[in-house]
Amino acid sequence: MEAKDLNVIIATDCGSTTTKAILIEKNEKGEYRQTFRGEAPTTVEEPYNDVTRGVLNAFQEVQELSGRKILDGEKIIHPANGKEGVDIYISTSSAGGGLQMLVAGAVKAMTAESAQRAALGAGAIVMDVLASNDGRLPHQKIARIRSLRPDMILLSGGTDGGTVTHVVEMAEFISAANPRPRLGQTYTLPVIYAGNIAARENIKDVLEKKTTLYITDNIRPTLERENLFPARQEIQNLFMEHVMAQAPGYGKLKEWVEVPIMPTPGAVGYLIHAVAEEEGINVMGVDIGGATTDVFSDFDGNFNRTVSANLGMSYSVSNVLAEAGLQNVLRWLPFEIEEEDLANRIKNKMIRPTTIPHTKNELIIEQALAREALRLAFEQHKLLAVSLKGVQRHRSVSDTFSQSGSGETLVDMMKLNLFIGSGGALSHAPRRRQSMLMMIDSFAPLGFTRLAVDSIFMMPHLGVLASVNKKAAKEVFEKDCLIPLGTCIAPAGEAKIGAPCLDIKIKIVSKSDGSTRSISEKIPAGSLRIYPMTPDEEAEVEASPTRRFDLGAGMGKPVKKTLLGGVVGIVVDTRGRPLVFPEKSADCRSMVAGWYRDFGMYD
Amino acid sequence: MAHVFTPGLQVIESTVIEKDRTLPIPGRVLVRMNESVKAEQIVAETEIPNDVQSINVMNLLSISAKEIHKFMLKQEGDPVAEHEPIAQNKPFLGLKFFQTIVRAPFNGTLERISDVTGQVLIRKPPRQISILAYVDGNVKSVCEGMGANVQCPCTYIQGIFGIGGETFGEICMVSSNPASVLEENEITPKHAGKIIVGGSHISYKTFKKAMDIGVKGVIIGGFHAKELKAVLGYELGVAITGDEDIPTTLIVTEGFGRMAMAERTYNLLKKNNGRRASISGRTQIRAGVMRPEIIIPFTAEESKNARPYDASSESGIQIGDEVRIIREPYFGRLGKLLELPPDLTNIETEAQVRIMKIQLSDTGEIITVPRANVERIEV
Repeated sequence: MEAKDLNVIIATDCGSTTTKAILIEKNEKGEYRQTFRGEAPTTVEEPYNDVTRGVLNAFQEVQELSGRKILDGEKIIHPANGKEGVDIYISTSSAGGGLQMLVAGAVKAMTAESAQRAALGAGAIVMDVLASNDGRLPHQKIARIRSLRPDMILLSGGTDGGTVTHVVEMAEFISAANPRPRLGQTYTLPVIYAGNIAARENIKDVLEKKTTLYITDNIRPTLERENLFPARQEIQNLFMEHVMAQAPGYGKLKEWVEVPIMPTPGAVGYLIHAVAEEEGINVMGVDIGGATTDVFSDFDGNFNRTVSANLGMSYSVSNVLAEAGLQNVLRWLPFEIEEEDLANRIKNKMIRPTTIPHTKNELIIEQALAREALRLAFEQHKLLAVSLKGVQRHRSVSDTFSQSGSGETLVDMMKLNLFIGSGGALSHAPRRRQSMLMMIDSFAPLGFTRLAVDSIFMMPHLGVLASVNKKAAKEVFEKDCLIPLGTCIAPAGEAKIGAPCLDIKIKIVSKSDGSTRSISEKIPAGSLRIYPMTPDEEAEVEASPTRRFDLGAGMGKPVKKTLLGGVVGIVVDTRGRPLVFPEKSADCRSMVAGWYRDFGMYD
Repeated sequence: MAHVFTPGLQVIESTVIEKDRTLPIPGRVLVRMNESVKAEQIVAETEIPNDVQSINVMNLLSISAKEIHKFMLKQEGDPVAEHEPIAQNKPFLGLKFFQTIVRAPFNGTLERISDVTGQVLIRKPPRQISILAYVDGNVKSVCEGMGANVQCPCTYIQGIFGIGGETFGEICMVSSNPASVLEENEITPKHAGKIIVGGSHISYKTFKKAMDIGVKGVIIGGFHAKELKAVLGYELGVAITGDEDIPTTLIVTEGFGRMAMAERTYNLLKKNNGRRASISGRTQIRAGVMRPEIIIPFTAEESKNARPYDASSESGIQIGDEVRIIREPYFGRLGKLLELPPDLTNIETEAQVRIMKIQLSDTGEIITVPRANVERIEV
């Protein structure tokens, strides 16, 4: 379909917990704008056991709110005509547990890690990474492959023309395990081979009879180069063809959509990368879902995505508690609660994952859990978003005192320009400042960092829309999706609470009427200040840290910047990195209550 | 009429369920179509491939991978016995003392000889697995080589969460009402082999006593989250259960904490006191959701009027329906749906959500609750 034909677009994201539908319409000015949204629980549970039921419920909500008739019974009216019908229906999905993959490579720190990045970038959950040198005995590897039941396997190993032994050995283990796919019993497990081209014939010999083998370009043709795109492309094709086709109701959903259903994280990653590329800046994004939390980063053109498979706000919420520990959740609560009561509430959310907080205290508990899920997901991201390992580097004398080896994390919070939050806990927080503080508390940005949030969780929808109509996706992304929150100014350094930290001068200018207001303050260490601004304002900021603190220019060096406004404003955070909490729980509650009060979080 | 789809747990007095009892890989089916089966009867059995061990013959014999076939004493597909030579090199100067012999680590079959990696794979003899009928019923269909579909007219009750696998036994009511706590002294040796029903709560200590005595299953309203760790030995992160190695299956009908069992569930179980039931604690709160279940098969006479539950007639929650609230501050309360306003409404958290107006059954109070926090009581 040509772009000009699209006047009314309906898009859904079938998440593990809720199915979200958005309506996008072209207005009289010829602009694409998101106009209405609806959501309903994802229906993979009996008695419905059919994902299209949740889609229809979400459509029905859009219908009721917009007055546009989208459905004729259970059929989408197509094309649009006046107040009836839509021109196209598109969708992403992470329901059914998303795409679950097993990854195997020759050397753990090299090809196996590249394969892991390829799978994650395509939107997969990586269940395990097997490698010749992963410390497990051959029979343990075989037993592991057999027990996992992934949706597909990505096998890589060796540089082109290099040794074939290790990768063929891994293929032999896969063959011996004779793995079965997770969904459906009627097809053989897809295996993508993206390794040494010299081993292709051997791989065919070992795997062709027992699996459905696909061969694509090597993801690590040389030690110095990663070539992830062809493997990612193949993964996404197979996701539709094999995996989604087996999930309840997807056969029907596949017939309804006009372009292939994309894995949700694949669509979000596409957008994050596009923003970084277009603006020439370093961007990070996080999408906190019900089952998983995805973290995306694009630093100096290096795009990385990680998925924390069991860190989420509904299905996996109990695992957040298990991994973070009860005390780390309790430290964010400004009120007293029995540990047993808290544990029961969290497990009740796990077994009834579609429920939402009804009271203020329930909301504070959910946001405490969200902070811990985000923090843990970010820790995992830093470990995987690293420079290529195994690459020889030429060093000069000047490197002697500042050696940065291969395999270092690419995430440098001082260099981060823009941080975008998405997913239910961030997009649907009742107050935008709640989203902003959750992002600051979990990711601890340094220097000057712009923060934005996906307004109503529509990045996945726009990611798949971009594959059909880039103009529509870009317009809606800029005008309706991204809500600028403001800028966080956080110096790196340590000092006692109350010690001098930062002198700040802010001149805020309204872009519409030119009016100005100025602020000049000395901010001590341990503070959290907020200077409200609107998206229509700009600010000239001069920040001079004391000699124990750095804002990106060096210890004690002043920084001048022009900052864009946002719905929250400028936040100055001198609480230090990492945040330190008092040992006594009463002191901890009082400190956190103070932060929340100063930030206008809940009162 | 306005309605909304919110899945609830099934508590159905009379229905007909079907259970697919299939093998993970093809094998032999031991039942015939229309045959009457008992829960503990084997429906199908097979042998599944066992563990594989790899032996790096190339390294052990100090040869290259390409020449491995020259040194093999056994070929692919050959059976091998523990300690039996499978490969050997040529003796140095004809002296056997210098000869290296590679022996099979266990009884099995030589599966593969690789001239690329120099490895030999040996697989242990297959393991036998059997699939039981799980419910008393009739074989409705047979899937050749895979298993059978067993049909069972019954009373069917779903729990919200469970641990432990499939088991069978006689239902035995222990707590006198749905709100009372199942106490340690109420469980006695006469409950061995039975499925006992409590009220609002069972502690870990009492559950442990049930396990020690040999109780087959415990059905209860609530269980403390922190005590689950004591039963399992680890913190449960995601609700995927059913394979725990515990002697007593636990089915929780309402949730975590102390929660009175829903009256309808309790009364239905009470009505079936003394009857045989099949239960499973298997829970999977992900795609293809599975909830724990209690199946009480009907007699031939009772079966005459039983009809399968018709999911296609499901029209979601409608005004006037009985509902249950499933989140604080009204967790567990029952009521009647009065209104489904279409507009978004501000709740205490300041979130704008779609809501329901409900009249509480116990106090008559009319409250506003987010739609997401309500489930229909399936009948």
